Amino acid sequence: MTTDLLNVSDLRVSFATDTGVARVLDKVNFSIRRGEIVGLVGESGCGKTTLARAILGVLPVNSARIDGGRIQFQSENLLEMPSERLSKEVRGRTITFIPQDPFSSFNPVFTIGSQITDLMRWKSPLRNTQGLTRGSPWWSLRRYEKQRFKADRARVLELLRAVQLPDPEAILRKYPHEISGGQRQRLMIAQALLPEPQLIIADEPTTALDVTIQAQILKLLRQLAHDRDIAVLFTTHDLGTTYEICDRITVMYAGQEMESATASDFFNRPSHPYTQKLLESLPRDKERIQGIPGDIPTLISPPTGCRFHPRCDRADKTCADTRPAAKSIWTNHTVRCYHPNTDPEVHRELINQPYPDP
Amino acid sequence: METLRFLLKKLIEDRVALLGALLILLLIFTAIAAPFLATFPEDIAEFHPPNRLIAPDGTFWFGTDRMGSDIYSRILFGARITITIAIIAIGVSVIIGVPIGLIAGYYHTWFSDLLMRTSDIFLAVPQIVLAIAIAQTLGPSIENIILALSATYWPFWTRLVYAETRSIQKETFIEANIALGASPIRVMFMHVLPNISSSIIVRTTIGMGGTILTAATLGFLGLGAPPPSPEWGRMIAESREFLPEAWWYATAPGLAIFLVVMGFNLFGDGLRDILDPRIRRSVRHDD
Amino acid sequence: MRLLVLIINRLLWFFPTILGLMVITFTISHVIPADPVAFVAGDNATNEQIEALRAQLGLDRPMHVQLFHYILNLARGDFGVSLYTLRPISEDLASRLPATMELTIVSVLVSTLIGVPLGVISAIRRNSFLDHVVRVFTVSGLAIASFWFAILLQLFFAMELDWTPLQGRTSGWGPEHVTGFFLVDSLLSWDLSELRAAALHLILPVTTLAFPAMATIVRFTRAGVLNAMNSNYVLYEEAMGFPKRVIIWKYILRNALIGTVTQIGLIFGILIAGAVVVEAVFDWPGLGYYAVQSIIQSDYNAIMGFTFVTGVLFIIVNLLVDIAQIFIDPREA
Repeated sequence: MTTDLLNVSDLRVSFATDTGVARVLDKVNFSIRRGEIVGLVGESGCGKTTLARAILGVLPVNSARIDGGRIQFQSENLLEMPSERLSKEVRGRTITFIPQDPFSSFNPVFTIGSQITDLMRWKSPLRNTQGLTRGSPWWSLRRYEKQRFKADRARVLELLRAVQLPDPEAILRKYPHEISGGQRQRLMIAQALLPEPQLIIADEPTTALDVTIQAQILKLLRQLAHDRDIAVLFTTHDLGTTYEICDRITVMYAGQEMESATASDFFNRPSHPYTQKLLESLPRDKERIQGIPGDIPTLISPPTGCRFHPRCDRADKTCADTRPAAKSIWTNHTVRCYHPNTDPEVHRELINQPYPDP
Repeated sequence: METLRFLLKKLIEDRVALLGALLILLLIFTAIAAPFLATFPEDIAEFHPPNRLIAPDGTFWFGTDRMGSDIYSRILFGARITITIAIIAIGVSVIIGVPIGLIAGYYHTWFSDLLMRTSDIFLAVPQIVLAIAIAQTLGPSIENIILALSATYWPFWTRLVYAETRSIQKETFIEANIALGASPIRVMFMHVLPNISSSIIVRTTIGMGGTILTAATLGFLGLGAPPPSPEWGRMIAESREFLPEAWWYATAPGLAIFLVVMGFNLFGDGLRDILDPRIRRSVRHDD
Repeated sequence: MRLLVLIINRLLWFFPTILGLMVITFTISHVIPADPVAFVAGDNATNEQIEALRAQLGLDRPMHVQLFHYILNLARGDFGVSLYTLRPISEDLASRLPATMELTIVSVLVSTLIGVPLGVISAIRRNSFLDHVVRVFTVSGLAIASFWFAILLQLFFAMELDWTPLQGRTSGWGPEHVTGFFLVDSLLSWDLSELRAAALHLILPVTTLAFPAMATIVRFTRAGVLNAMNSNYVLYEEAMGFPKRVIIWKYILRNALIGTVTQIGLIFGILIAGAVVVEAVFDWPGLGYYAVQSIIQSDYNAIMGFTFVTGVLFIIVNLLVDIAQIFIDPREA
């Protein structure tokens, strides 16, 4: 797997809560190739945000703990990297971030311009050659050479135009509360692209936005990332949006990944019982929404084996005993299930459902 | 009953708040049992000049004052004065302040504005300065201290209740009750008040500490009960001319004020943590 | 433009508030006492004396006329004469104002300069040993009676160790009078021994005054920093690898300080209230000392003057805080 840009293997994360230890991620395996847009789909509480934050290394310090696994990025395990290097060379540099809520993710008391200037001061790609060498005195960290500032600023304005923001110069002078939600998220995309990263982690980037502009923003993100050959990890609870922009889709349930396939294969031949239930539960014409029977399990005392087995009608005793290993059922299509449903008839029935308009 | 048990459980878990509660209970116990605990209960009114300014020993645990009275016994009886002032002054402030805040918050008329502007003006002057002015005009006595404190403390509750009423008014269940034709008085006292009571309780607990401190300050300035009343603030004022020789004179009353105020503050902080869901500490892991 | 409207709006509330304050002091001094004239004249006055004084003070006129004249006089800066020294109260207050201002300003500076960093550090290292120590410290600061604390400080540092003077503002005559602030005046006349004396005399009163104020600042800064640390923008800044010290001392602190600045109005109230007793204990010749002497002398005219002046000071400080708020928090404008 030399082509993998990011490879998460057997990652386990737990949270201390008032009522006990919640095992939020249970041996999750997950990978992204260079330039690939991967959708990470699951209901709320399935651990997708935790996975995103674990990759970035910004899990809540007091309550979260990484119990095992590795996060291989390029040639290094991020979990073993010293935190200072992680913050200096990875976060905001080779891996950037687009947050869920563009309103509260801007600092309310500084102008957009000053926040972007700070970003460029430390994360500009030009800083590699003209930046500081080791052992410089601390005060020189504040220095931002005029020449580099000018070059950076030109790039900022260019990118703001690329994310289709009108009058970028004026926007830089404004405070976050003075611009609209859509504009804020366009800015977030621009800020994620500015350091010229290898990977962007977009955590439900459009859930806080109006439905009408969600599609525009997603298409913009897809196009800009593809043009620059940047990989994107895109988490969402909405299968419809993954269909719009993703190259590959991974489904998570209760802290375990269930199925992973290229986007077209995923929607043509969904084979994990959970994925099938998820597709069935999408609203169809003239029919009321069907939920999946049973409740989302508590993560404090989760079901053994495959965590979906109490709600699965294909489950047997083995499912409750040990978790199935990843099984490749077609090229680029793996499931973690002892009894995947590969019946073409079932697939045809699922495909014939209209997907909701994204 | 269920909520009470929940409160008690949380309280026992929060050791700091529990310490506060114990200090408050100690104050109440001391005030009630003063005649039995005191070694020289008659020293509240009697002088024994030969025993003047004796350092703490086996007989006079906290020493004696300039009149030869036992400081330990006087401290115990001083607890009665302290708690009386605090309870009545706070009680009156709550009785005045809460209904005004409810009315001003519930109705949206010029009258609400007038009420709130009036309380704002009271809040625009440091409370203790106004209390000094009133207490001075009325003359030194415990009743007048209580009056001065009540007259200057009520706006704090008005402000709080006003803000809480305004924010809760938009809740569905309040609107439903109004739509069902419940009378304004009924909605205010049966529906709004119970829902904002936890903030009032927290504010009242912390307010007790503040009131005791202010009352002691007024006593120290000579505006409280006239001698020989064993008022803690006045005892500290009396001690000044005998320093540094009579180092024990101010120690006991000062510590007493400190512990009591600390008790109310700690208990109030703990209550706020438990009762106020907005700042309740929780472990968030959103997905 | 909207900024200007907001500031004017705040300024417009200034005058009704002052007027309200006048009505309150009028009520306390003219309405509450059963017979203010007898009160002023004292116990030994004859009936004729009382009536003569009543006419002289204009207290035989109807209440609303009295109120009108009272407000008119206050607005002109005429607070009447002291019943004890017969000097104009406005002059007495004016001559004592710098001493109190010097004390409170130095206290605000000290409590802010120590309180803000302490609040930030205890929030960052919450539940550490340091945080617990700071918590004990702040809880004590809010519970201790300042007059008792002042006496303890005197007992220990002035009487026992003899490190600081016991009381007063200076040991000599004071520096050449320019502003009335001894620290500033001694610098202006370059009188270093006076500067040293003024600074030494400030230590204990400032410690007493700043202690509870600092406790308040630490609490609010700590809460503000904790609040900001849990915010989405800090998560974003961390996820984008901003240097930690920039996140803390620039992004978090700026947000946390908005709450702290709001508290400075309140803190000023604590300081003015504290100044009354602190000045009494340390014989500091300021407004508070004047008020305490007036209490002892039952000089109710002087007390009303003091109440009015501190009220006006407090209102002005809160006005300034409100306006500062508009500049600090862009969401206000």
